[in-house]
Amino acid sequence: MARAVSTQHKTIATAAAWIVALLIFFPILYTIITSFKSEQEAIQGFNLFPSGTTESYTAVEAQRGYFKFFLNSVFLSVGSTILALLVAIPAAWSMAFSPGKWTKDILMWMLSTKMMPAVAVLFPIYLIFRDTGLLDSRIGLMVMLMLINLPIVVWMLYTYFREIPGEILEAARMDGASLWNEIIYVLTPMAVPGIASTMLLNIILAWNEAFWTIRLTTTEAAPLTAFISSFSSPQGLFWAKLSAASTLAIAPILIMGWFSQKQLVRGLTFGAVK
Amino acid sequence: MATQQTRSLARFMMAPSVVLLFVWMIVPLAFTLWFSFQQYNPLNPIRDGFVGFSNYALFYSNPAFLQSILNTLILVGSVLLITVIGGILLALLIDQPMWGQGIVRILVISPFFVMPPVAALVWKNMIMHPQYGVFADIARFFGGQPIDWFGQYPMPAIIIIVAWQWLPFATLILLTSLQSLDTEQKEAAEMDGAGFISRFIYLTLPHMSRAITVVLLIQTIFLLSIYAEILVTTNGGPGYASTNLPFLVYQKALLEFKIGQASAGGIIAVILANIVAFFAMRAVGKNLDK
Repeated sequence: MARAVSTQHKTIATAAAWIVALLIFFPILYTIITSFKSEQEAIQGFNLFPSGTTESYTAVEAQRGYFKFFLNSVFLSVGSTILALLVAIPAAWSMAFSPGKWTKDILMWMLSTKMMPAVAVLFPIYLIFRDTGLLDSRIGLMVMLMLINLPIVVWMLYTYFREIPGEILEAARMDGASLWNEIIYVLTPMAVPGIASTMLLNIILAWNEAFWTIRLTTTEAAPLTAFISSFSSPQGLFWAKLSAASTLAIAPILIMGWFSQKQLVRGLTFGAVK
Repeated sequence: MATQQTRSLARFMMAPSVVLLFVWMIVPLAFTLWFSFQQYNPLNPIRDGFVGFSNYALFYSNPAFLQSILNTLILVGSVLLITVIGGILLALLIDQPMWGQGIVRILVISPFFVMPPVAALVWKNMIMHPQYGVFADIARFFGGQPIDWFGQYPMPAIIIIVAWQWLPFATLILLTSLQSLDTEQKEAAEMDGAGFISRFIYLTLPHMSRAITVVLLIQTIFLLSIYAEILVTTNGGPGYASTNLPFLVYQKALLEFKIGQASAGGIIAVILANIVAFFAMRAVGKNLDK
């Protein structure tokens, strides 16, 4: 029986929720608004109605070379995700469909690597990168991001694969499908949604990673996290430019994030909350 | 036999992940452990050598060390408190019937997708700036004196920023859990005359307990290694007022080149994280059996 909800109750809930939501969203909103102001306007006190100039956007590209950092971010997040999937899909598949005595322990151990604080290995990694010439290289950082997120990728894929009924695989096997055929024709189509979700979440995580991407790069391989951090040294007034750069840096991932709320819950809680 | 073949193939398919993660975990950590017992300065290689536990002693006797551990705990504790309590309240609010619930969810979850340097710089410059920030405007509007957040209250300022980033995460997880609560149970409790408060305490809260545990643990893992937010706002200062353990290790390693001490600090960070991990693994492990 559906409970009748009084309109009054609904109105109050709506008003309260919208006020709180807008307050939480305000810093992002204000950043977007400020990005359409001139530097002069940006420091003239609180103002929600910008003149609509796009000079900050052109300045960010012309003076700071925004686009190169953006491309690096795309390359690093997508590249590391694809790399992680290539390594993780076979592992997650075998753990989900032919689990052995150690499967659970291996999964737990993988998760535990995620808990190692990055600073603990900062200097060794820095040394290895320096001595192998990987410092400030896209490939090196890509591998690094892949390793960081690999446990989450394996876990997420594992929780998705485990939901695929094993009977279907057995039926395929009975029909004489070889292992590779089984993977390619039976498993893959059913696994695509899970793989896509994993990919989405992992791109978001890699895009926003802000320790190694800042410490292991200088100019060539630096993604947007490093680019934005370079705004922290105050040289003159740059509110509007900072806002324009920030808006450009978060917009793609914000939109992706809106579509991945469910996957986020699942991926970051390792399947504990669905 | 087919199964035998499948088994060995399964091992073969698992190998790359396992080997990669093993190497990634063991090799650098072994280096760090080794360095933590060495005198090593890349700028002054003459005095290198084994020094026993003196790096740990030096790190401990450094007044910044105690401060950084304290700051780490304050940061983690405060953010957990704010986000879990705030998250429960927000989840309860958003769970109510309302117009535009989908948009409210999107607005609330958004800060989580903002990369840490952007979040920190936007708050530092546009919200908390003592001259041009929105907070300063508000203070002046009410005739008050704007607060110099990062000069006078660096830790609260960073806590606010980090809590803003993680409140959406807590809310989303708790909301998901809340929505999986059986409505029939809720209605039955209501019919039995249970008020909102008692329904919350005896029905909703126990139902959410696992989600709350998960939120606490996952956030702790990430909060223990907060770095970029401090780097772009206070740079650890004034003095060591907002330096946490990761930031202190970074300073020792890459700014002062005191590799031995930095490594000793890193090992301490590992121990700290392991204590948390121990509990985290048990909570997640339980879920695997289901």
